[in-house]
Amino acid sequence: MLTEALTTSALLFVIGTFGVIVRRNVIIMFLCIELQLNAVNLALVAFSRYVGVEGQVFVFFVMTVAAAEAAVGLAIIISIFRHYQTVNADNFNLLKW
Amino acid sequence: MELILFYVFAVTVVGGGIGVVASRNPVASLMFMVVALASVAGIYVLLEAHFLAAIQVMVYAGAIMVLFLFVIMLLNLGHDYKDDLVRGLYAVCAFVVSGAICGLLATRFGSAEASPLYESFPGAAAMDLELAERGAISLIARPLFQDYVVPFEITGILLLVAVVGAVALAKKRV
Repeated sequence: MLTEALTTSALLFVIGTFGVIVRRNVIIMFLCIELQLNAVNLALVAFSRYVGVEGQVFVFFVMTVAAAEAAVGLAIIISIFRHYQTVNADNFNLLKW
Repeated sequence: MELILFYVFAVTVVGGGIGVVASRNPVASLMFMVVALASVAGIYVLLEAHFLAAIQVMVYAGAIMVLFLFVIMLLNLGHDYKDDLVRGLYAVCAFVVSGAICGLLATRFGSAEASPLYESFPGAAAMDLELAERGAISLIARPLFQDYVVPFEITGILLLVAVVGAVALAKKRV
């Protein structure tokens, strides 16, 4: 089942990458990053089935970091929305040359 | 039987992922995301990671997705049906980049079971034996609280910093 799980993980990661590049809504981009994190978690769990339980410990840490990242990222999005009244990434061009 | 279940979950994972990227309404995207995360939890169960499956449903599909939903509702984006796709060269870039990653991962992962490294792993049977001997929780708890106890404590500090940072960032200026 290792190859199937890794293929699913690869597909999920590619969908997440595609979403981050193609969508301009910051919240959807953030969701797609979570999708990529989940793809990596899936690969780690698939390997941990055959290699050892350490992979599951790493997945545990990745989930914690993802929760922290979601809290801080959404706070940043709220803060930016207060300033610009939009969540479209094309409008956040203050740092663009 | 397990393989059939796996394929059902795999199809819902990929379908949910496509739904996240393809749907215009942010709330619909979020619901597809919940479907994808719950199916990932199902795959975890099939891979004998029971504790992580429970955490995945409670923390990811529960807490984090509710946080996203709160923000979408707070910013009143539920009626946001505007097209927000990139156009032109960027869209071509998106296809090229994701196609390249897909090809790379396919070539690396497709031969995972044929790799000579695979022979030296304990394998699924040894893991099953350990699981039957120690139980699902004890299996992950022992390395977590013995070998990785310092990273575990640092994760606690990280969560504290994240809470303080989120409050400081999101509060109204006084």
